Amino acid sequence: MIGFVLRRLLQSILVMLTVALIAFGLFRYVGDPINNLVGQDTSAVEREQLREKLGLDDPFLVQFARFVKNAAKGDFGISYRHRRPVAELIVERLPATLELSIVAALIALLVGVPMGVYTGLHREGFLSRSFMTLSLVGVSLPTFLIGILLILLFGVVLRWLPTFGRGEVVALGWWTTGLLTVSGLKALIMPAITLALFQMTLIMRLVRAEMLEVLRTDYIKFARARGLSNRAIHFGHALKNTLVPVITITGLQLGSIIAFAIITESVFQWPGMGLLFIQAINEVDIPVMAAYLVMIALFFVVINLAVDLLYYLVDPRLRVDRDRATGHG
Amino acid sequence: MAEQLRRPWPRGMIGRLLDSDLFYSFSRSPVTVLAALVTAVMMGAAAFAPWVAPHTPFDLATLDLLDAFLPPAWMPDGDPRYLLGTDDQGRDVLSTIIYGARVSLLVGFAAVFLAMFLGVALGLVSGYMGGMVDAVIMRIADVQLSFPTILIALLIDGVARGLLPRDMHEEMAIYVLIFAIGISGWVQYARTVRGSTLVEKRKEYVQAAQVIGIRPWLIMLRHVLPNVMGPVLVIGTIHLAIAIITEATLSFLGVGVPATQPSLGTLIRIGNDFLFSGEWWITIFPGAALAILVLSVNLLGDWLRDALNPKLR
Repeated sequence: MIGFVLRRLLQSILVMLTVALIAFGLFRYVGDPINNLVGQDTSAVEREQLREKLGLDDPFLVQFARFVKNAAKGDFGISYRHRRPVAELIVERLPATLELSIVAALIALLVGVPMGVYTGLHREGFLSRSFMTLSLVGVSLPTFLIGILLILLFGVVLRWLPTFGRGEVVALGWWTTGLLTVSGLKALIMPAITLALFQMTLIMRLVRAEMLEVLRTDYIKFARARGLSNRAIHFGHALKNTLVPVITITGLQLGSIIAFAIITESVFQWPGMGLLFIQAINEVDIPVMAAYLVMIALFFVVINLAVDLLYYLVDPRLRVDRDRATGHG
Repeated sequence: MAEQLRRPWPRGMIGRLLDSDLFYSFSRSPVTVLAALVTAVMMGAAAFAPWVAPHTPFDLATLDLLDAFLPPAWMPDGDPRYLLGTDDQGRDVLSTIIYGARVSLLVGFAAVFLAMFLGVALGLVSGYMGGMVDAVIMRIADVQLSFPTILIALLIDGVARGLLPRDMHEEMAIYVLIFAIGISGWVQYARTVRGSTLVEKRKEYVQAAQVIGIRPWLIMLRHVLPNVMGPVLVIGTIHLAIAIITEATLSFLGVGVPATQPSLGTLIRIGNDFLFSGEWWITIFPGAALAILVLSVNLLGDWLRDALNPKLR
C-alpha cells in the first residue's frame, strides 16, 4: 500500500517538474524577458543591471530552481500585456471559470443520470432511441458550434438570454459570484449548457451500459423473486450499484470540463481563465501561458491522484491486481 | 450467400473487393453507404475545389463589395449567382466552404498520418524491445492520456507560436497545426500497436526470423508491422473526425489557420461576428458542412470498427 502511494506520488511530482520545465523553458528562452519588461529607451547598461538583478545570468539549474520555488509560492512574474502580476490576474478570473465548470458538471449529472437510467430500462422505446441518436449527433457537433447555435436561437432570434459576459456579479471577499443576481444567472444558462452537453452524453451512455450490466445479475433476479416492486429494484438496488463508476468518471471529467471551458468561454466571452489563456496565446504573453500551464497541470495531477488513491481504497480487487502487475514489472 | 453464388464477380482486385465480407456488410447498411457517399462527395469537392467551386473566393479581382452580405439565393434579396449567399467581402459562401473544407481535410489527413507514423513506430519499438524503452514510452503515453487532446494541441500550438517570430505565424500556421494535432494524437496508435506486437512477438514466424539472424528493425518493419496494421486503420478513421474537430476548434479560437487561407473553423469564427446583425448564413453553412463531414466520417469509422473486428472496442 505505502509502496503504491509513494510510487504514484513520485510519478505526480515528475509530471509537475516536467511541466514546470516546459513552462520555464518558454519563459526563459522564448524571446528576451528583458526586452519584454523595459521600454525602447532603456540603455544597455541598465539592461545589464536588470539582467543581473533578475539573475538571468545564473546557471540553468539555479534559474530553474528559482522558477520552481517562485511558482510554488504562486509567483509567476508580470504579464507582458496587462503589466500586472500574473497571480493577481488568475485569482481575478478563477471564480468565473470555477462557477461555470461546477454548474456545468451538476447539469451533466442531474440530466445525464436520469436519461441513462431511462434508456437502460426501456431499451427499445422510442424516447430511448431518440436519446441515443441525439447523443451521437451531439458527439459529432463541436462544442463551439453548439454554443453558436444556442446564441443564434435564444440570443438573436428569441432574445431571451444575454449572449456574452457574466452579467452583474457580487463580491464576497475576493470571490466574485454571478449566482446571486438575476442577470448573472441568466448569463450563466447558455454557457453552462454548452459546456455540459458533451459530458451529459458521456454520463448517459455510461449509466445506460452499467444499468444493462447490473440488471442481468443474480441479485436483481432474486429481488424480483422476492416480489419487490419495480421501483425498489431499479432505484434501490440497480441504480445504487451503477453510481461508483459514474462518480469516478465525473471526478476525472471535472478536469476536462475546466479545459473545455476555454472553448465555451471564448464563444460567450465569459471572463474566466480560459479566455485569459487564449488571449495570452494570441499575444504570446508568456508569463500568463506558463502560469496557466502549471496550474491546469496541477489540477489534473491532483484529481488523477485522488481518484487513483480512492479507487485503491474502495476496490480490494484492484489492490490485488495492482500488486501483482507491479510485482512483475 | 446464395445470392452471391448466383452472381459470380469478375476476378481481379475489384472483383475480390466486391466479393469480400467487408463489402457485403457495407452494402447491407444503408446509413454507412450514405455516410460514405457524403464523405466521398465532400472530399471530392474539396480535392477539385478550383474546378468545382462556382467562384474563386480568394482572388481579389473577382470580388465586388457591392455583392457583400447577400442572403442565400432562395431568400427575398438573394442572388441566383450565390447559392448560399455572400460574406462581408462579397465572397461566395459556397465557394469559401469548398476551399475551407480543402484546408480542414488537408490538416486533418496530415495530422492523422503524423500521429499514425509516430504512434506505430513508438508502439512497435515499445512492444518489441520491452524493458526500459517500453517503460519510458508507456509512462509518457499515460501522462499524455490523462490530459484532454484539445488541451495538448492548444499547448503545443501556443509553444510553437512563442518560438516562431511573429511575422511567420501566418505562413507557418498550417504546419504548426498539423504538428500540434499530430503530436496530441499518437497515444492511441502506440497503445494498440504495442498490444498486438506483444502478441505477434511470441509467434513462431518472428522467432524463426530471430533465429536466422535478421536484424531487429527489419523484423519489426517487414514481419511484425504488416500484422498489426488492421486496428490502426480503424483508429485512423475515427481519429480523422477528431482531428478535423480539433483543427476547427483551434481555428475558431483564433490560434489556427489565418483568415487569408481559411479552414471551416476560421470561416465559422469570421461569420460569428455577423451573427448578431442577422447575417446567419455566413456562419451557419460552414458549421453545417463541418458537422455533416464529421458525422459521416464518424459513422464510417464506427462501421469499419464493427466490421473488421468485433473484439476491438
